[in-house]
Amino acid sequence: MKKEIPLAITFLTGVIIVVTFFIPHQPLGGMQQRLLIWYSIVLGFTLLLGVDSLLRSNLQKIMRRAPGWPYAVVVVAGFLATLAAGIHTWATTKDLLSLGSSFMYIYTYMIVPLQATMFALLAFFIASAAYRAFRARTLEATLLLVTAAIVMLGRVPVGAEIWDKLPGLQDWIMEIPQMAAKRGIFIGVALGTIAMSLRVILGLERTYLS
Amino acid sequence: MMHIIGTWIAAGLTLAIFSFLYKDNPFYKFAEHLYVGVSAAFAILYTWAFDVWPMLVEPMFYGRGAASAADRWILLVPMLFGLLMLSRWFPKIGWLSRWAIALTVGIAAGLGITGQIQGILLPQVAGTLVPLTSLDNVLMVVGVISTLVYFYFSIAQKGAVKVGSRLGMIFIMVAFGASFGYTVMARISLLIGRLYFLAYDWLHLVR
Repeated sequence: MKKEIPLAITFLTGVIIVVTFFIPHQPLGGMQQRLLIWYSIVLGFTLLLGVDSLLRSNLQKIMRRAPGWPYAVVVVAGFLATLAAGIHTWATTKDLLSLGSSFMYIYTYMIVPLQATMFALLAFFIASAAYRAFRARTLEATLLLVTAAIVMLGRVPVGAEIWDKLPGLQDWIMEIPQMAAKRGIFIGVALGTIAMSLRVILGLERTYLS
Repeated sequence: MMHIIGTWIAAGLTLAIFSFLYKDNPFYKFAEHLYVGVSAAFAILYTWAFDVWPMLVEPMFYGRGAASAADRWILLVPMLFGLLMLSRWFPKIGWLSRWAIALTVGIAAGLGITGQIQGILLPQVAGTLVPLTSLDNVLMVVGVISTLVYFYFSIAQKGAVKVGSRLGMIFIMVAFGASFGYTVMARISLLIGRLYFLAYDWLHLVR
């Protein structure tokens, strides 16, 4: 019961999705769309588990006065303030992304700058990692270094100032040798995903039940 | 006025994140933890407002978008599975959440087959099946095949396979270098965006 029913559910849903792909006629045709809607609904409930875990761990930290507990207060306060703003926006405008709402205010002036700056910060770390890692000791390392330099220089105006053919060379690298290797990797990944999906549907891969 | 306050908040948070370049400090930790809390609330609100509400609540309780009564009643199934997912809150019946996990895994596995074949495998193979009438096309075909040979570990890497594998490694290194350069430029672009925000929107230094 604890293993057989989940395996049967996985098998049935997986087979329905595959069959409806090849037979897109009613009543099977509608089943795929229906299952995708169900998928989104269940994921919505799953998010509640994640939020519960986040809040629970931070509240426990606050109650125990664990090291760094004031930051846990920031997490909880940020969460509750955004939730309150979202519910208020939803209740008053029936549109969560209503322009000029308190929710969009938090999104515009907190989430967007925080997210963009977090990723911008990576520019420094990626550059310092490259400085340490890029050593032209072997043919492979040299290729990596030279290609990266061409792509970086070819995408900025100074690259064209150095050599007018650099932007064209950069485009060629992206379109031919880079695309060739990526195609090989994508084909391999697709074949691996198909094989793993078949194992899951047939019940040979059961680690998700542990 | 609210715009000015918002800009100051955004500028403060931007500087707090950038302060990590010096070293880990309370300002960075504050901004980092705020990001976690605010993003979690945003994710849950967004999912419920744009997925669960229009797909479950509106058709089921208000009849919007449901063609028939059967369409409304059938929604009890995903609702039940969603509630089963929450059974993890109760250790005695926590195993029931496996049913909901099985549903999502089954759908994802089904899509893993059809989506990968239709969206990745066939288009990539089709893009490789080109006439060998130019150097670019020859490079494309040789690059794809040699990359696949490099990742083919089921046979010993010797003889012709070793040569193909070595060639594949060269293509892979070029691809990694190009991807690295591309990623760096994307991050630099974000960095410029943040610096422009500080100089233009906040300090009004740039006109």
